[in-house]
Parts: sequence; C-alpha cells; structure tokens
Amino acid sequence: MIKAEQKPVDEILDFLKPHRKILLAGCNACVAVCHAGGEKEVGILSSALKMARKKAGQKIEILEDCSTRQCEPEFVQELKEKAEEVEAVLSIACGVGVQTVARMFSDIPVYPGLNTTFMGETDELGVWIERCQACGNCVLHVTGGVCPVARCAKQLLNGPCGGSQDGECEIGNDVPCAWQQIYDRLKTIGQLHRMEEIIPVKKWGRESRDKGPRTISREDLKL
Amino acid sequence: MKSGSNLEKILEKGLFAVTGELGPPKGNDIEVVKKKAEFLKGYVDAINITDNQTAIVRMSSIAAGALLVQMGLEPVIQMVTRDRNRIAMQSDIFGATALGVKNILCLTGDHQSFGNQVDSKNVHDMDSIQLIDCVRIMRDGGTILGGEEQIEGQIKMFIGAAANPFGDPFEFRVIRLAKKINAGVDFIQTQCIYDMKRFKEWMRMAGDMGLIEKVHILAGVTPLKSAGMARYMNKNVSGITIPDEFINRMAKAQKPAEEGIKICVEQIEELKEMDGIHGVHIMAIEWEHKMGQITEMAGLLPRPAVS
Ligand code: SF4
Ligand code: SF4
Repeated sequence: MIKAEQKPVDEILDFLKPHRKILLAGCNACVAVCHAGGEKEVGILSSALKMARKKAGQKIEILEDCSTRQCEPEFVQELKEKAEEVEAVLSIACGVGVQTVARMFSDIPVYPGLNTTFMGETDELGVWIERCQACGNCVLHVTGGVCPVARCAKQLLNGPCGGSQDGECEIGNDVPCAWQQIYDRLKTIGQLHRMEEIIPVKKWGRESRDKGPRTISREDLKL
Repeated sequence: MKSGSNLEKILEKGLFAVTGELGPPKGNDIEVVKKKAEFLKGYVDAINITDNQTAIVRMSSIAAGALLVQMGLEPVIQMVTRDRNRIAMQSDIFGATALGVKNILCLTGDHQSFGNQVDSKNVHDMDSIQLIDCVRIMRDGGTILGGEEQIEGQIKMFIGAAANPFGDPFEFRVIRLAKKINAGVDFIQTQCIYDMKRFKEWMRMAGDMGLIEKVHILAGVTPLKSAGMARYMNKNVSGITIPDEFINRMAKAQKPAEEGIKICVEQIEELKEMDGIHGVHIMAIEWEHKMGQITEMAGLLPRPAVS
C-alpha cells in the first residue's frame, strides 16, 4: 500500500500562515494503516497546530474530518459542507487524495500535510519498506517475486552489479542487495535458470512514468 | 575486423594485450590528460578512459578519448549507464566513433552516492548488458535500438565489458559473464585481482561453461602503494578483497611502493601463464608514471606494432 510520513510541523505552519480557518482532512485508507493520516493523526496534528498558533498569538480554527478514501470523488464530496466554511484545506491523505480534494474544491487552496514516499509493505511494527514503483510491466515472475525496479539501487534488470558483497548493496547502510535476494529466491524455488535470460530494455517511455499520467480505461465498467 | 582497433588486432593475432587506465581531470585542463597519456605511451596497446568514475564529475570520457586520438594513442572509452538514457548514449556513440574512438567499455557505474553529486538522479534506462546489446546492434545491424532507423555511416566499435569475480553471489558471476557474451561482448576486463585463488576458481567455472573460447579476457591488476591503501581498499571498496599475505608484505616492506610493484609484477607473471587470459589491464590510478617500470619488469615490452 501507499506509505507516507507527516511533514515537519514548522513547514505546515509556514504554509498555513495566511489562514485563520481551515479544514484538516485525513483519509482512513493507506495512510491510516501507516499511522500518518488517519483519524487519530487528524486529532493529534490539529491540536499541535492550534497550540503552536495560539502560542504565536495567531489563533487558528480547525474543522476536522476523515474520509473513507480521499482518492475517490464520491467520498471527498462528503467534505463539501465543511470545505465551504473554510479558507483552505490541509489534507493528510497521500498525494492522490490531496489532488482529488484540489479538483473537487477548485476555488480554495489545498495543502499537503504529508510526504508521500512509496508503495511498500510492513516489515515489522513501525517499519515499512518500498516494494513496487508501478513500472507498468511487472517482471516479478522472472525475478522470483523480488522487484529489481524498486529494490535495486540502480534498477538493474540483469544484475547483480559488481558491487554486491555478502548480500549487501554497494551503497552500504545495511541495504540488502536486491539481486542477491532474487538469486536466493530463484535458487530456493529451483528456477536459477531464470538468471541466464537477458531481460531486454524496458519500455519506460511507453509503460512507465514518462508519458504523462497513465490512465486505465475499462469499457466493461463504465456506466 | 569489427572495429579495426589496435586492441582488436592484437587480440585477434593471439598476442598478449596490455591496457592501461587514465582518469580525466576534474575540469577542462587538457595538460592533465596529455601528461598522464605521455606516461602510458609505448607501454600499453590501448588506454581506458574512465567515465565519471565513482560518480565524481570529470571531463567526459569521449572528449578525453578524442584528445588521445589526436595524440596518436588509442582510447577505450568507458560508458556507464548511470548518467545517460538510450538517446544520449547512442548519440554519444555516433559522436565517439566520428572522433576516431574504436573501443568501448560498457559499464553500470558506481552508485551516485559515492561521488560529489549525491542528490543526482541515476538514469539506468539501460543496464550494462543491455548497452552491450545496443552497441552490437548498432555495429552489426547498422541500426539504432529498435531496429528501424538505419545509421548514416558505420559504427565500428570493439565492445568490452567488466567482470567482477569477487562480487557476490559468486556462483552467479560466470552466469553474468555468459550473459555479457550472449549480448555480444568482444573483450572483458576484470576487477583488480588480489585473491588469486578465487580468480582461478572463477576462470575454471568459465572454462567449464565453455566461455573462455568465446571472449578475450584481460585480467585486471592494480599495484598497491602502501599497506594503508591495501587495508583501505580491502575494507571500503566493494568487490575487492586483498589477502592478508599481501597486506603483511606491504606492511613489512622497507619501500612499500617498490614492494607493491613487485607484487603486481608477480601477479602479471602468473596471469600470463593462465589458460584463457589474453592480456592484462593495469590500473595504476594516479600512478601512471610507474607504468613503464611495471610493464618493463613484467616482460611486456616492447609492445607489438600491428597493422
Ligand atoms: S516490476 Fe514493476 S510492477 Fe512489478 S513490482 Fe516492480 S515496479 Fe512494481
Ligand atoms: S549491489 Fe545489488 S542492489 Fe545494489 S546496485 Fe548492485 S545489484 Fe543493485
């Protein structure tokens, strides 16, 4: 799922400076799971902001809400009444949610309260790691279920590079070498021959981030 | 002849090749290139020009290579996939060959976090194996990647790549060599060898897979300058292990620099006798002026003139 971290409070305070009444909108999906933008965090951040502004002698009024999923217009619509009352929205959903709010309430400013960081999994309580970069053409069947795009520091498709040492990536800091992990997995599942195949150049330009926003259009689901 | 380069001719004739290495300046000072090149002149068959090695910004390898061509020397331009996408790399290959460059070494490149532009974005639009394949298509197919656009002119490149028998996982290292051969590589330069035992094991595995007949392998060596350097490299340079035996010899030596050269020469002598080794790649980094002495002592002189 999507992982995010709250921006430093000072940065948020800085862009909220011109406003005296805002809506703080969280999201109960991914960002709630990683404890960055759910209902609980809405409450905590709201108090922190109010306290800081009070101390600075510049009180702020904050309406609070938390959508089921802020990336769905139909849920964001539910914020409409509150949005009409305020000067701006501070969204602590992921970057997608922030944009849905901006699109739905086009006449007021919307600010991001989080830094959206990656799509990842839970490693242990309180630790999340990146696992997928949505490259648009998954190769996990060739790489033993370990993603080289998200997990190799050089996104190599025919790795490991010469810097792989004792399971660690050349960049150090205890970062595991993704290609060592791929190798180990393929060995375990008896598919080491996969390592011999040359994976051809990827179609970054047609399948990945480089051609503007990617769109999925499903005729069978349209009304 | 694929490229008609001096290096290709020597290897095709079955002669033992010697290549050296030149790191371009951190700026545009031509004199640095000239001075280093003069030190190598006559002692090597071709000179690798590093491409922003360890992600430190330096003069482009192609520009420095072109300066060498002007001096009547033969460059092997290194090209890393870190800094350019496939448009820029193919364009640079057009340009390099137009300027008289005939050898290329296709590399992934060290991670940018090692260098002086740590906040840069690495590209890796292609990886080193895909780059080898790309240059081969340009040379043998006469088209750019994708196979549609005919190239105006001819790309004559002798295609090289690196191999690191000391990286992990060890058993994969020969498979990676096989992949590079399948992609179309003509010659291989290895990472500096200190751990001869592991290197021999790697060569044996390559031999068992029938790989050593398919490619020219140049064994990489680097003379140690001091025990401190040996310890530092052993600890910090990924993919390099230096046996204690060498570190001890360096530590005990009255003149460590001389000892380092002696070790290097011994290694070259041993490598010369090894099946499947067609040459040595001597990386005397910032020690270019010692190249004459090393090649002389190792019995590699005079370098053959081929036509
Ligand atoms: S290969 Fe692409 S789609 Fe598959 S996990 Fe990696 S980034 Fe995601
Ligand atoms: S060491 Fe492994 S993870 Fe790191 S860049 Fe090389 S192949 Fe990728």
